[in-house]
Amino acid sequence: MTTRPDRRQWLTGAAAAALGLTIPAPAVGTARVAGTPVTRRIPSSGEALPVVGLGSWITFNVGRDAAAREVSAGIVRAFFESGGRLIDCSPMYGSSQPTIGHALARLAHPTTLFSAEKVWVGDAAQGAAQIEASRAFWNVPRFDLMQVHNLLGWREHLPRLLEMKAAGRLRYVGITTSEGRRHAELEQIMRTQPLDFVQLSYNLLDREAEQRLLPLAQQRGIAVIVNRPFREGALLDELRRHRLPAWAAEIDCSSWAQVALKFVTSHPAVTCVIPATSQIAHLRENMAAAHGRMPDAALRARIGIEVAAL
Amino acid sequence: MTEWWTYRPGDFLMFAPRTYWRLFELHNQAWWPAQPLLLVAGVAWLVWWMRCGAPALRVGAAALALALAFVGWAFMLQRYAPINWAASGFALGFFVAAASSAALASRGDLHAASLGRLRAAWSLCGSALVGCPMLAAAFGRPATQAEFFGLAPDPTVLMTLGLLVGLQANSALTRAVLAVLWVLVLTWCVVSAATLWTMGSAQGWVMFVSAAIAVASVRVSARHAARRQAY
Repeated sequence: MTTRPDRRQWLTGAAAAALGLTIPAPAVGTARVAGTPVTRRIPSSGEALPVVGLGSWITFNVGRDAAAREVSAGIVRAFFESGGRLIDCSPMYGSSQPTIGHALARLAHPTTLFSAEKVWVGDAAQGAAQIEASRAFWNVPRFDLMQVHNLLGWREHLPRLLEMKAAGRLRYVGITTSEGRRHAELEQIMRTQPLDFVQLSYNLLDREAEQRLLPLAQQRGIAVIVNRPFREGALLDELRRHRLPAWAAEIDCSSWAQVALKFVTSHPAVTCVIPATSQIAHLRENMAAAHGRMPDAALRARIGIEVAAL
Repeated sequence: MTEWWTYRPGDFLMFAPRTYWRLFELHNQAWWPAQPLLLVAGVAWLVWWMRCGAPALRVGAAALALALAFVGWAFMLQRYAPINWAASGFALGFFVAAASSAALASRGDLHAASLGRLRAAWSLCGSALVGCPMLAAAFGRPATQAEFFGLAPDPTVLMTLGLLVGLQANSALTRAVLAVLWVLVLTWCVVSAATLWTMGSAQGWVMFVSAAIAVASVRVSARHAARRQAY
């Protein structure tokens, strides 16, 4: 027996198609998610990326703990099994790079990987060596995306990254900030530099990016990666004290985490969100947010108001 | 760092609490059976100090120099540094403390402090040797993650703090070495307490209160001495 989509589903699907989203069959919960995740296109190339990626801040910084590295490898395996592609890291994240390298080696280097790294060094002369060290940790031929971390030395790093891109040693160039810092400077960079990606913090409560940065990214054709969708878990700790509203079912969400992720990824300027986790159940829960119906503009507004009032 | 006022302690915590505590579990596995040996040696030294006084001080300082250097290398550099950029700096602090403690051991003008300070010193050393290993279980963690003097930073620093409270020196040079050690161990107490509090662990109070007791016992003793001189 097949089920015809109802009017709301049809309308949501039509709206999503207009935004460049592809909507597969709904799937919720923490079980392994079947089907293709919702994707967004990178404006500068048209390449499609699943809207949920994988961050690595704190969670993959496990040092030389062999058992913890295996757990992390399990997270990465589940990520790829769920259709994920983009993994984001930084030299700043302690031992996260070798942990990711270990996981990728365990999985025989999945061809679907979209590797997103950062250069994080004040002395621009050390940038090339740091990028090469990062590449060696990941053991990839080249990075798909290299970002200037937290705008550190961006004036010196960006020309080098653009040169590397022109030489085919990178596919995309970006710049990052987090926790709402230095937005004015970031805006200026977005206006003047030929960026493929920008990474910033955006979540149910931290919505400053909606004012200028996200519209600017759309206008300039810059892909947006969103970090800290859960405020490092603090947002979910707060939300979990409250019952999940009835409207969550309308967007195929069975948890606050999925609501938070769908709120972020349904913004038309957002390309990908990168929640980090150390638990496979949470990974699957997060990846499920890349499936099913997305909130429309009216529901987004309602979610924002209701969550702010909690 | 721009917009420094927007940063909170949690912004600098780059590892999960479970990762931090696992360091001690792996460290204990790697160095077994050093734990019971160090415990017995530490308690034997403390008893010697309580019975014989001054002769134990220089031996204690020499032993602490080795312990501080070992913690700087085996824990800070080998285990902590991979998950925390700051640990290399902490290791440097431990090496300087080890050098200072070795310098103390070479000085002939060390003598025991007042009885009041000695009681505080022995309590701190006892806490470092016996109390610290029990903190893991007390705070709901596996006993395999226990912290031992000579292996883990906090109990090793508490032992050093105990020694500092319990001794005095005559010469300006030795007092200068003591001052360096005081600054280093109190700094670590604050760093450790802040790290533990940021991780959400009330165990941070142990280091903070221990440092407060050490400073208070020295201040109270100095005040009593000044009062006696005035009479």
